[in-house]
Amino acid sequence: MLNIFKIAVRNLMRYKRRTLLTASLVAIGVVFVLVFISVSGAFKNMMIGQITDSFLGHIQIHKKGYVASIDSLPLTLNLGPKTLGKVEKAISQTPEIEAYSKRIKFGGMFSNFVETTNVRLNGVYPEDEVKTVPLFLSRIREGKKNIKLGEILVPELLAKGMKVKVGDTVVVIATNRDGSVNGKEFQVGGILESVTGPGGRDGYIHIDDAAEILRMDTLEISEIAIRLKDFDKLHSVFDRLRDKLANELNKQGKPAFEVHMWEKLSPFYNVARMIDVMTFFIKLMLIAIVLVSIMNVMVMAVYERIREIGTIAAIGTLPGKIVAMFLVEGFSLGFFGAVVGDILGIAIISVLSIAKLTFNFGRQKGLLLSPGINLQDILVISIIVIIISVLASLQPAYKASRMKPIDALRHV
Amino acid sequence: MSLITANNLSKTYAKGELKVEALKDLNFQIEPASFVSFVGPSGSGKTTLLNLIGCLDKPTSGVLMVDNTDVSGLNTRMAAAFRGRKIGFIFQDFNLIPVLTVYENVGYPLLMVQNTPSLERKERVLTLLEAVGMAQKKNKYPDQISGGQKQRVAVARALVTNPKLVLADEPTANLDHKTAYMVIDIMKKMKNELGTTFIFSTHDQKIVGEAEIIYSLEDGELTNGRD
Repeated sequence: MLNIFKIAVRNLMRYKRRTLLTASLVAIGVVFVLVFISVSGAFKNMMIGQITDSFLGHIQIHKKGYVASIDSLPLTLNLGPKTLGKVEKAISQTPEIEAYSKRIKFGGMFSNFVETTNVRLNGVYPEDEVKTVPLFLSRIREGKKNIKLGEILVPELLAKGMKVKVGDTVVVIATNRDGSVNGKEFQVGGILESVTGPGGRDGYIHIDDAAEILRMDTLEISEIAIRLKDFDKLHSVFDRLRDKLANELNKQGKPAFEVHMWEKLSPFYNVARMIDVMTFFIKLMLIAIVLVSIMNVMVMAVYERIREIGTIAAIGTLPGKIVAMFLVEGFSLGFFGAVVGDILGIAIISVLSIAKLTFNFGRQKGLLLSPGINLQDILVISIIVIIISVLASLQPAYKASRMKPIDALRHV
Repeated sequence: MSLITANNLSKTYAKGELKVEALKDLNFQIEPASFVSFVGPSGSGKTTLLNLIGCLDKPTSGVLMVDNTDVSGLNTRMAAAFRGRKIGFIFQDFNLIPVLTVYENVGYPLLMVQNTPSLERKERVLTLLEAVGMAQKKNKYPDQISGGQKQRVAVARALVTNPKLVLADEPTANLDHKTAYMVIDIMKKMKNELGTTFIFSTHDQKIVGEAEIIYSLEDGELTNGRD
């Protein structure tokens, strides 16, 4: 086999310019795909990180039917102490969970004593919220990086529209689950930056303040956001949690809870899917480039070497070995192009990473892109290129092996 | 026992309605360790006959036995294997593989056809390169040596597998007279040393005189055979 490789490489070196051009084309394709995967992957991961670490968490648990009615933030679908206990027990039995945050979500009226508008609010335990969504504090643009009793974090668009600033007094009025209205004065503790996705423009108060406005005798929770120690275990942890809670039934005998991954809760998941589809088509383009260029070269190689093929066939070289010679030639070409492409791709990705590129997405400005590529992606792309190179050589190699030596030797 | 036996050997090429009888009912026998020449003008059927003996083509009718094998019944793969084991080829245009050195060209049939172990291969290649006087040029590529040297390398390549038969189609056609004699001398020497049967075609009357047995072909028919 080593000798077949030696002959293949020497045949490739025979037409240096053509080999270099073809390998360059393959390498450029590999570079393009690697850089695209790297940049789009960095964008995707960064956005997922922003969404999950800013407000959504990795997994959320609600009472059954809550997510379908989430726009109205129904207080009737909150989790009472008993059902909450079941959820917390399931969470405590799942060591992969790093932290979780209980939230009371409700809609109300926000007044600055001159104007009134509606607002969506989350009542949270600040320490738990920060542990569950670590980027939360970084969203506080003005004011103290905390949520204290009696203070409210106002979404920046609402603050701008209502002309409120840190330290101002505002009133929040809300209707509880029994229909009675209650109000409470808050001091604006901070202005909260908006992030992409549902809930990205909600205000925040302490959970005890939320319970007070809603006149809850016992704490009722709308949502439990969960953060995992390892994001890569999302699906397995989700499956286990869902299975554990699936056994808990409500009075109607149906499942009492619903468990969702961030993917089901954020519209950005569709953008992420679209990036995956684009990546797939980019890979298809690479396959087409490799297929056409390698096949073209191998067809030319066979045509130019017909007499040589006739000679080695006359000497007694078996058809299988002639096929192997040309396949190895295609393999070597693809391998060379893939290796060069990998090296260049990694170099370009490193430069992009060092350059610290920033971009804007929606209202989010100056997001830092950190392109990177993992070994698995490099290997997958390289293997695809090499396999396609071999496949592209198959037809010319087969044609060479089927040539009659007598005809091939006559070829001028 | 004869190395080659042809009985009523015919070859007809058909192109549409047109049929050309290249060989007509040939009957001959060639003994082992012979130095045989087929002579005749262009189109007389010399190359066609060598192609049939070399299992590169199949007869239209008749029987052709080479080393006790009816070669007309061999399929492509079997024919290739038979050639690899029993027959060496010397071509008019030398047909050396340009990306291989002189040493590698001679070793090619042992390496790629017979899978001979490395030490044995090396010994055999060097012996033959010495015998044809090309040992000093073993690391040269074909484009770095002369036509005569190329044909000497081709002779070594044809003999390296120790075949029973070497076929040479116009082996001296592209060589000057002096070099042509040198190549024929080497072939004769190898025949005497190794007991290999050499069959070559030529239309050079001076070279013909070097053969021990001469068959004349004209319009696909054997007109005479002499010792």
